[in-house]
Order: sequence, then C-alpha cells, then structure tokens
Amino acid sequence: MNETLKNNTAAAEVDTRETVLEVKDLVVQYVLKEATVEAVNDISFSLKEGEAIGLVGETGAGKTTTALAILNLVPDPPGVIQQGSISVCGNDMLNLDVKELQKIRGKDIAMIFQDPMTSLNPVLVVGEQIAESVRLHEDVTASQAFDRAIEMLELVGIPGARAHDYPHQFSGGMKQRVVIAIALACNPKILIADEPTTALDVTIQAQVLSMMNDLKEKFNTALVMITHDLGVVAKMCDKVAVMYAGRIIESGTLEDVYNTTLHPYTEGLFNSLPRINNKGSELKPIPGMMPDPTRLPKGCAFAERCKYATERCFEERPASRYVNETHTVACLRYDEPDFHIEGVED
Amino acid sequence: MADNIIEVKNLKKYFKTPHGTVHAVDDVSFNIERGKTLGVVGESGCGKSTLGRNIIRLQDPTAGQVIYDGQDITDLSNQQMKRMRHDLQIIFQDPYSSLNPRKTVMEIISEPILFNKLMKGSSKQDVEKRVRELMDTVGLAQRLINSYPHELDGGRRQRIGIARALSLNPKFIVCDEPVSALDVSIQAQVLNLLKDLQKEMGLTYMFITHDLSVVNYFSDDILVMYLGMVVEKAPAEVLFKNPIHPYTKALLSAILVPKVNGNPDHISLRGEVTSPINPPDECRFTRRCDYICDTCKAGTPPLIEIEPNHFVACHCVKPEGITLQRTVGV
Repeated sequence: MNETLKNNTAAAEVDTRETVLEVKDLVVQYVLKEATVEAVNDISFSLKEGEAIGLVGETGAGKTTTALAILNLVPDPPGVIQQGSISVCGNDMLNLDVKELQKIRGKDIAMIFQDPMTSLNPVLVVGEQIAESVRLHEDVTASQAFDRAIEMLELVGIPGARAHDYPHQFSGGMKQRVVIAIALACNPKILIADEPTTALDVTIQAQVLSMMNDLKEKFNTALVMITHDLGVVAKMCDKVAVMYAGRIIESGTLEDVYNTTLHPYTEGLFNSLPRINNKGSELKPIPGMMPDPTRLPKGCAFAERCKYATERCFEERPASRYVNETHTVACLRYDEPDFHIEGVED
Repeated sequence: MADNIIEVKNLKKYFKTPHGTVHAVDDVSFNIERGKTLGVVGESGCGKSTLGRNIIRLQDPTAGQVIYDGQDITDLSNQQMKRMRHDLQIIFQDPYSSLNPRKTVMEIISEPILFNKLMKGSSKQDVEKRVRELMDTVGLAQRLINSYPHELDGGRRQRIGIARALSLNPKFIVCDEPVSALDVSIQAQVLNLLKDLQKEMGLTYMFITHDLSVVNYFSDDILVMYLGMVVEKAPAEVLFKNPIHPYTKALLSAILVPKVNGNPDHISLRGEVTSPINPPDECRFTRRCDYICDTCKAGTPPLIEIEPNHFVACHCVKPEGITLQRTVGV
C-alpha cells in the first residue's frame, strides 16, 4: 500500500487528476438453490476523472454485473457481493444506506443501459423524465428543472420543443440520446455506459458515439464503456480491461492491449473479427464456448479453448502480473521467459 | 452468359397502413450467380429482410418478377411453391425466437423432412440417421439430439436453424442476419461453417446484414439498400475500394476499426432515415445527403453502370465523370 502511494506521488507530477472510481477485489455471486453463479471473480480497476475505460468481453463475462455492483444495484436476492470494496468519488458504495446511495446515484455516477427502448417510461414525456433526475438532486423548482431538461435535450442534438413528446414518438437513436441526456443532466463525475450503441444502426451509432465523446470532453466525465465491440473501444477509450468468465485477463492502455496483445483470449477475439482491408484472410474463431459460470474449472478458465494451454493451466489459476507500469496479463505461460503468442494478424 | 440461379426484376413490396402505403421494397432488380453470395446491406427499415422474404415467397410481392432457375415463381400457387421450397430456404436472425421451444432438436430438424414426405416409406430410424448426419454437418454434438432449444446457447441454436434449412437439400439460402445475435468468437465459427457448407454443397446465398465487415468477408457482390431501393451495387472489393454513392461512403466510414487511431473522423450523416410511407418522388437520400445537385428532386435516380459491374443510383453521378462536389456543410 505504501509503495503504491509512493508510486502515485511520483506519477502525480505528470497526472494530477483525481481518482473518481476505485473497484478493489470485487467478487459477486448469484446464489441460487441449485447452484452458485460465479459472475465476477476478484476484479480490480480504477479510473481518474476524464478517463475512459473499456470493459470488453462476451456474453456472460461479468461486465454488466460489475457495472451494477459499482452502483450497488446487484439484484439481491439472488445476487451477493461476497467481497471487495467500491469507492465512487470517495464514497464507500457497499456500506451506505439506501438514502445516501440515492444521493450518489444519478448525481456523482450515472448509468446508460443497453436498450433505449425499455429504459424510458412510456407514459411520461421525455422532458419530465430528464427533469426528474434534476429535481431529485438539486434544489430547483419544477419549472427550472424542466428548463434544464430542454437545455440537455438540445445538448444531445434534439430540438428542445420535443421535450413534451413521449418516448414512442422518437426513433431508437433519439431515445438513446434522451437516455444520455438523463444520465448527464446532473453533470456526473462518472458515466457507466452498458452497450450504449448495440441496439443502434451503424450510422446512428457513429453519431451517438461522437456526441458522447464531445460531452465527455466538455464535462470531463470519466467513462466506463461496457461493450463487446473492440472497434467502439478503439474509438472511445484510453484504457481497456478484457474480461473472461468474471476475471480481468488482460488490461492496460489502449496501445498496450491493441498493439502488444498478450493474452491468448484477447488474441483470439481480434482474430475472429473479419478484416475490412484484407478480405482474403481467414477467420480464426476461438473453438468451444465460455465455461458454465456455475462450474468454473479449477485452473485457468480459458485453458479449455486455449491453443497454448499446458497441463499446468488446467490445474492452477493464473494471477494477474504487470509486464510494464500499465499492462497486466493473467496467463501462466508468461512464467516462461521466452513465451509469446503468435500475435494478432494485421 | 452468366449462370444466374436467381433473377429479380423490378420487385416491389408495398404494405398498406392507416397512414399510407409503406414502400418497403421499391423497384429492385438484380441477379445472383450460382454458387456465389450476394450480400445485402442497409440499416433497419431499409427493406432488406422484406426483400429476402419476397424472393422465396414467404410474402407475395406487390409487383415484379422472381425467376428461379429459369422459372418464374412469382405467380406459383401455394401447392406449387411447396415443391419449390425444397430448393429455397431461409436462416433467420434470432436463434431464440425462430425455434419452437416445445420441440426437441430431433423434431425441429426432421420436421421439414416429414412434412415434405422427403423420406416417404423409410423408417423412423432412417430419419433419425439423417438428422444425425445433418447435426454432424453443422457441428452439433449428436448427444444433443433430444435437447430442447432453451438448453442450448445462441451459437448452437443457430446451428439447429442451419441444419433445419439444409434438411431439404436446398440450392439457395437466404441468410437473414444469421450471426448478429452471436458473440464475436461464436460468430466467426458460424461464418466459417456457412462458408464451408457453400463450398461442399455448391450453395448460393443471399446474405442480409447490417454489419459491413461481415458482408465484405462473406460476399462476392454487395447490394446497398436505402429506404427500399438499391443505391449501389458492385463486387465486394470494388465497393470497399471505390464507394461512389454518398450513403455507401457514409456507411463505410462508420465502420469502427479495432485499432489504435484506426478511426479518423467519420462522415456523419444528418438526421435519421426518413419515413418509407408515401415517399416523395425524389432521390430518397436527398434529405440526409451532403452532395446535392439541382436534379436531386427530379424523381428517383436510376441505377447507372459507371464501370463494369458497378452500379450507382445518384443523380449527381454522371457516367463521364464520377466526382461529386460537396455542396452542403462546406
């Protein structure tokens, strides 16, 4: 701990930004009668103001559970946060009562959910839905709150006059903009976006992402971008954490993970994407599937699908190791000094 | 003379609604060569799925012709179509809703065989043997033969959908977004499977998708649709190297490349897709287009061949010169 402090002071010369989010040793399980789903298994990461981290992984990797845990919104039962601590702007999220949590949610930290079609209230005009969040967190009158709602709508590129329209009168892209307006209405320090553009068409995705980028810069918001799309991360984030079966198996700056990929799973993800500029190249899918989270293997969870796996990989769980100041990887093979993966094809 | 398995001529599909007529597919013509793949790209609501369904007559076209293997199938009766459907199959987008939850894998895959009396006179064991063969072909473990769809993940379900489509030995398959509900690593498995099947069985595909990197990987030719019309058509390499239509350009620039600094600013389109209900008689892209000339409002532009096999529907593109002048937002 002391060492980290020292390191931080050393780094402070270049980076004076405040750490707004810190997740430490988080373990989340869904305890069911028949089995226990090990959704998130000991993950840690932190985020400074204005930074953007991409949590990447496939269905069931534990990305959304992580996001819910940060807000202390894991459905309980069956969800149980078994271990860990989460600090949002200095608040210990896991040890606050509901009243205090409600002050933080929406104010210091906000979330955008994947499906804009279902995250809006169909019987309230959108302006009211944006104003609600302002009213709850700030000492304003109803009409001031509504004025702010109109302002927010214009900020996300929707004419203010449409504040009196209902969600069904908007298209998918517009609804997602409304959701973003709600999330940003109280100028949060941290924004969690859970697959914000997955339900949108490509050209609309491009519009929404550039708008998010502009707003992020304008308000210096820290962003946790949850996605399965490596292209979205490349556009939006400066840090990446790749998740597999509830663990972060590789993390680092965008350059670390994309340019010097280390983990076999990350390599596999890149190689299963079709290349735009190289049509001839063959897709190399990762064989098999993610292990059942109720029965995670004793060793490395990826071993069964990994072409580099040795006997030891099936027996021992790899710990995360630093390969440089920012880049971590959890793979036993890196114990061998001259081990390297075949690499990502260009 | 190209060996065309499918010829589509001036196909139209309109839907009547209380608010007016939806022009879902409006005057679309193209051919698909035997053994090749035609990729169809476009955003939600551009009519790509409707087009696929009309070609195999799951819906009846409002006007136009579909010719399969030299035979006009547009006006065949349901009875006659039933025979045709052996050759014309479809794989649906959503492997969750396209399988009957109350049937086992065995029942789902054997249903087309039994319904069409394909193995008339053979025993139950023979049918099961055929189902097992099909499961092998698509890489489904035989032990799953008595499982129900809910017990399986998306990738495996999609393999059931593929096995079901293959059970009648089709010649032509419409693949309607077959991988968009799947994770990337699984998506690559299914794409490779579809490619291998095409090679082995000489299948012809119409591959409908909104994912441009997938369509480039998968297709020989690509059709770009916007609001029910074809705006550009070209061999895949040509389209990606030299897109002409402003919409195609914007679509291609919106692809996010998974590389550091791989995404310079994209061409952003203003607004959203306009309504397909009673569209005005002008280029349908006009309202979002950055390149407007004085003829844009003069009717819908025809497809013009600007180089061999490369067709574009844009008033501002002339055969003699294909450079567009940016007129808006300069």
